[in-house]
Amino acid sequence: MSDKLSNAQIAWRAAQDIENEAYVNLGIGFPEMVAKFQPPGRQAIFHTENGILNFGESPAEGEEDWDLINAGKKAVTLKPGASFFNHADSFAMVRGGHLDVAILGAYEVAETGDLANWSTGPRGIPAVGGAMDLVHGAKRVAVITDHVTKDGRPKLVKRCTLPLTGVGCVTRVYTSLAVIDIEGGCFVLREKLPGLSLEQLQAVTGAELLTPGPVADLVAPEVV
Amino acid sequence: MDKTVADLGAAVAGIEDGIVLMIGGFGGAGAPIELIHALIDRFNATGSPGNLTVVNNNAGNGRIGIAAMIDAGMVAKMICSFPRSADPRAFTEKYLAGQIGLEVVPQGTLAERIRAGGAGIPAFYTPTSFGTDLAKGKPVAEFEGRSYVQERWLKADAALIKAELADRHGNLTYRKAARNFSPLMAAAAKLTIVQAAKVVEPGDIDPEAVVTPGIFVNRVVEVADARQEEALMREGAAYA
Repeated sequence: MSDKLSNAQIAWRAAQDIENEAYVNLGIGFPEMVAKFQPPGRQAIFHTENGILNFGESPAEGEEDWDLINAGKKAVTLKPGASFFNHADSFAMVRGGHLDVAILGAYEVAETGDLANWSTGPRGIPAVGGAMDLVHGAKRVAVITDHVTKDGRPKLVKRCTLPLTGVGCVTRVYTSLAVIDIEGGCFVLREKLPGLSLEQLQAVTGAELLTPGPVADLVAPEVV
Repeated sequence: MDKTVADLGAAVAGIEDGIVLMIGGFGGAGAPIELIHALIDRFNATGSPGNLTVVNNNAGNGRIGIAAMIDAGMVAKMICSFPRSADPRAFTEKYLAGQIGLEVVPQGTLAERIRAGGAGIPAFYTPTSFGTDLAKGKPVAEFEGRSYVQERWLKADAALIKAELADRHGNLTYRKAARNFSPLMAAAAKLTIVQAAKVVEPGDIDPEAVVTPGIFVNRVVEVADARQEEALMREGAAYA
């Protein structure tokens, strides 16, 4: 097997924790992939910031209705039981604690649960979208991410160095190497790739990994 | 009562220099392209309205709609959550040249500020942005052990809105996710201008189906064959 999970496999792993009939918001980009890996028999209801509950897959090319898009401005379809609503109601669902799960990408996650995922610094044009809202209110705020940056630096850190999206908001992180909970300001290791030692994992993690309980093998099928 | 006006020119008449202008839409869904282009026509003909502060989720795409307003030099400042798009050149070039201002607002805070503006609520507290750069300088207070940031209402002098159905009283329905910010903006603006795919008689819209009540609407113009921003983008359209 490969020495790390692919993005699809990380998304697959995150999807296994989404309960049947959960209300879920998936951040734009990589997190959107989680929707395709729902286990058989489970039907989550997906929320998009621009005012749809219970949207489905993209339509075939040429079948798009451009008044029916998700927050990433991609064309989507509706499932039976869908609804439309305005932006204030949409973010009432977010901040008001009505979503069960929000899954986001990350540049950095701190052991305190702080998340940085909207800005890589003062250069360029700032653009936040709904990221700062989405980290507040959902019962679980999970992050999916590669364990390290493209140049090999830890993305799981003691304190974020990039501009924060939210303080103390992340509850679980699914990475290419491990599944880690954030509890009481600490990273608690729950699963890791079976071929990886704790020492090897710790070496690419920017803060201490605690193991108060059993650490399961992180195994994902070959998915794309 | 009849809020309909004869044409797009009459619809956008009286929008003055330097005002705050809300424009409905999220990406292309709900973007009132024909009203925007009518405003550009007026600017090209008369040099007004310029120096506008425009409120929208985004900051234009391609060379049409809000991007074309920016290209024309009508916009002094954007208030938005996400000034990026498939083709953000119009905004990006002016921003990097220091020719346009930007206030970035988290999307839910933007929506709630507009809602508050329309509802007569001057300020509110939200968890969004607490502890981040976007909360700098804003009052913070604790409620039930959590910290919240004070945000202020956002009101506009005028709003441009795209609806599906409008009756002559200004009652509106929207089409699918084209609703987004529009009902909030309709309430937050002093002068709310609506282009509707179809204008019908009072009573033709089921009162149960009205999304924006006519009290929030001042002018209605029928644009039966409105173009969709995404379709125009795919044609490579430019408006000048």
